[in-house]
Amino acid sequence: MADRRLWVSLRQSGPIPIDVEFTCAPGSVLAIFGPSGSGKTTILRTIAGLYRPAHAVVRSGTETWVDTSSGTFAPAHRRTVGFVFQEYALFPHLTALGNVTAALGHRPRSERRSRGEALLELVHLSSQVGRRPHELSGGERQRVALARALAREPAVLLLDEPFAAVDRSVRRHLQDEIDIVRRTLDAPVILVTHDFDDVIRLATHVLLLEKGRMVAHDAVTSLMSRSDLPWLRDAVGLGAVFGARIARADSNRGLVEIEFAGGTLLAADAGAPVGSTVRVRIPAREIVLATRAPEGLSLHNVVSGTVSAIHQEPGVGHVVVQIAVGQALLLSEVTRDAVGRLGLAVGGQVYALIKSVSIDVDAAPTTNPRR
Amino acid sequence: MDWTALGVSLRLGVATILILLPFGVWLGRALAIATFRGKLLVEALVTVPLILPPTVLGFYLLVTFGARSPLGQAFQAIAGQALPFSFEGLLLASVIANIPFVVQPIQRGFEAIPSEVRDAAACCGLSPWQRFTRIEAPLAWPSILTAAILAFAHTLGEFGVVLMVGGNIPGETRTLSIAIYDRMQAFDDRGAGVMAATLLVIAVGTLLATTALSRRGVRRRG
Repeated sequence: MADRRLWVSLRQSGPIPIDVEFTCAPGSVLAIFGPSGSGKTTILRTIAGLYRPAHAVVRSGTETWVDTSSGTFAPAHRRTVGFVFQEYALFPHLTALGNVTAALGHRPRSERRSRGEALLELVHLSSQVGRRPHELSGGERQRVALARALAREPAVLLLDEPFAAVDRSVRRHLQDEIDIVRRTLDAPVILVTHDFDDVIRLATHVLLLEKGRMVAHDAVTSLMSRSDLPWLRDAVGLGAVFGARIARADSNRGLVEIEFAGGTLLAADAGAPVGSTVRVRIPAREIVLATRAPEGLSLHNVVSGTVSAIHQEPGVGHVVVQIAVGQALLLSEVTRDAVGRLGLAVGGQVYALIKSVSIDVDAAPTTNPRR
Repeated sequence: MDWTALGVSLRLGVATILILLPFGVWLGRALAIATFRGKLLVEALVTVPLILPPTVLGFYLLVTFGARSPLGQAFQAIAGQALPFSFEGLLLASVIANIPFVVQPIQRGFEAIPSEVRDAAACCGLSPWQRFTRIEAPLAWPSILTAAILAFAHTLGEFGVVLMVGGNIPGETRTLSIAIYDRMQAFDDRGAGVMAATLLVIAVGTLLATTALSRRGVRRRG
């Protein structure tokens, strides 16, 4: 199979400082996460050919889109990029269908209409094909923008804060939609967001960005179980993320049993069907540590593990303890005092106490489409 | 009623628009979108005809068109006639005097298109020319039409520049505004009144058309 990975290397000191280097494979969703003003959108615009940093190399598979060292620069309209803009940027004078067919110039004229209608059907907008953008709701506009981006048959799909302009209630629905639609596309997806909820729901990989600098870049589950990212603690709070499966549901008690690489846990039932793969996040502040198995507790989950890392920032009162439970890693945030009293040390045995309501269970992003 | 003068006025108005509109779209769009050195200077130059007294503008144009100027000599060599006091000279003066009336509305029209919409068009695979014809021009269309109507109305009413550059030659450079002045000088109040009313009707009609068009533009953009 031909290499269709996206390869990006950007470097400049101003006016917008950037220093990043990453790759993204087809089927992966890389979330670029960071506060606003950290240069996230500039990275997307560089990939699309809308911005030229001082030093850049962008390659899509075998095609070189930018290489500042050799003076190569493909203009935006020659790059097969699907771009969903933050405010959607629909063409206000064209209908939903017109917006989508505008991106179908590479298809024969006779096919464009039917292809455009099929794409709008994919995003559940069949009844709105003839509407103009101002006649559509925020969520509908977003879906037109998504259909238009897919119409290009992109070698890379770029999503710039795709949910920033919609309500929370619509947001969850659109996240599901993007996750489903993405499976029809065997291309790398880059998602720029400042909302960690998007990362948990959609991303397979994450790149943390601060003032244009890459703080960390890894698979979501590995990165989230790292104990040495104080930046992430300040931004969203630490908490291990891992894949799991809903093994059983106990509707009488409102609980589900989830299986993960470290055993089983009981979590509050959030509606995920039995047998489905889910993504679990346990905030580090919600995990209590004990050196002996406690008794007479209201909580359901007492798992035993081994301390695999202890991280303490100088001048900070709290300590991050990483615990290996089977093949999985959990993070717990405790005080320095607690570490001393319990005599916690790497390699020591420990019990992690977790309330079932503290376990966030979310649908897992689908990986490796068609495989 | 001086029908010949009305004919000259209408001919001048239409010819001015035909010459000025393509140039105005090009320059207005460039001023709205591009960033280049000397942009402020170009914007200031575009506005000059608007603030200069028409007689002053006419004076300088007359000097520029004169037989001793390079432009006047070049035109004489090519066309075999002098620029001042000819329809061609009047047309050139009218084009220059109307630049701000055409370029400024068009510039505002292109400025109103969000840059993300233009970026999205590029990401859809549309070439620069396709972006212009299929996205930008349709969106800026009400402004372009407004510019055309303004320039037409302004040309019909122009007096100072016409008198300075064109003089008062029937069928060649005597426009309706000049003819009104002419009739008043000859104490023909009735003749002047009819022609003044004609210009008034055209002016009001123009204003109505521009207002209606700009309303439509707003509605379409939602």
